[in-house]
Amino acid sequence: MCLAVPVRVVTVLGDQWVEIEVGGIHSRISIALIDEVAVGDYVIVHAGFAITRLDVEEAEKSLALFDEIAGCLGEPVDALHPRLP
Amino acid sequence: MRYIRGFRDGAAAAALAKLLVAEVDPRREYHLMEFCGGHTHAIFRYGVEDLLPGNIRLVHGPGCPVCVLAVPRLDAAIELARRPDVTLVSYGDMLRVPASRRQSLLKARAQGADVRMAYSALEALEVAVHHPQREVVFFAIGFETTTPATAYLVLEAQRLGLANFSVYCNHVVTPAAIQSILDSPEVREWGQVRVDGFIGPSHVSAVIGSGPYEYFAEEYQRPVVIAGFEPLDVLQAVRMLVQQLNAGRARVENQFTRGVVREGNRKAQSLVAEVFELRSSFEWRGLGALPYSGLRIKSAFAEFDAERRFAMEFRAVPENAACQCPAIIRGVKKPTDCTIFGTACTPRNPIGSCMVSAEGACSAYYKYRRRPAPAAV
Repeated sequence: MCLAVPVRVVTVLGDQWVEIEVGGIHSRISIALIDEVAVGDYVIVHAGFAITRLDVEEAEKSLALFDEIAGCLGEPVDALHPRLP
Repeated sequence: MRYIRGFRDGAAAAALAKLLVAEVDPRREYHLMEFCGGHTHAIFRYGVEDLLPGNIRLVHGPGCPVCVLAVPRLDAAIELARRPDVTLVSYGDMLRVPASRRQSLLKARAQGADVRMAYSALEALEVAVHHPQREVVFFAIGFETTTPATAYLVLEAQRLGLANFSVYCNHVVTPAAIQSILDSPEVREWGQVRVDGFIGPSHVSAVIGSGPYEYFAEEYQRPVVIAGFEPLDVLQAVRMLVQQLNAGRARVENQFTRGVVREGNRKAQSLVAEVFELRSSFEWRGLGALPYSGLRIKSAFAEFDAERRFAMEFRAVPENAACQCPAIIRGVKKPTDCTIFGTACTPRNPIGSCMVSAEGACSAYYKYRRRPAPAAV
């Protein structure tokens, strides 16, 4: 119940609902708690409601930082999925 | 998706772990509490604890709404569901939680009660619209993440003029719970629990912002880092806490910059403020009665308040003597300290709420760490 997941908006269904996609799964969620969204926006969904937008610029900055740390320290191991090839 | 998988990158995790080893002060210990059960699960699922230096201890907090619901309040919900005119709707986790006398909502359903499971609170409203002859009650639980949805539900019910819909409100607030941990005798006097800093849940702060933690970071001199739920988020948050503690700082910092701002979601906050008010005291499982820690429906919306509508009553019941959930919720004990963990109490046949809930600490231990981790080679 307490998961909050980033999803992508694929269709805007009026001013209360949007259709979203995550990992190939489509679902209908409410956007009553946030300001208007457009197709292609990312939102964070929790129990059927978008609770906030995902700031793509900030997300990219965080990912770039992690890439840089990984690059600098040159660790060849996958510390989180050790059993996978 | 890039914004999920990107934060599960194993090479970056190894690099962050290496940085942490260099940054920790080997002469001290770091006791960090992850408040939210979602973090507990991310930590075990990805083995984050095994990547941390030995002097960083993670303490599991009470942030699982199903786990902290007091048994008398659940008993009252079951009693309500047994009324022949009532349809009770709740989130899936709630249905399996054992109440007193080994009852649960799921068992009540098997015995004929009309109990339904919902993913979204709005499904409860749909049930009410489609079954005007039934008294539809939404059994609302959760921290600040689900509260705005419930508020929206009440306002929608009012707008639609639904006469057969009400909400049984069990919403609780995060900052009050953290403060109660810091005020508890275990932390202040007995020294059983040591908490040097907090990992705060990002979805709660997506709604309330990071601001509400500033008071006690300052007052209690404990740093707080708001963190996402992916393993890189958690590792980064641990680093940020270690850096603050090393520098002797106690501030609120935001690791989850991609979804949290200091002021939070104003629209959601205004819905909550319109519909709910703080109760002067609310009973938590494991923590007892905490002042100003729960919400109730304002009297302007009394017709939608199931507690008033059905004059619900709460009767104190003794806890199962063997179950250590109350101590586990307070961070005093670990699931593996409980004698019935993994034997009499399993996810298939849970005795305590921490084993039932997908966010509970016992269920995380059972799923990912029934046995101690093998020693590092």
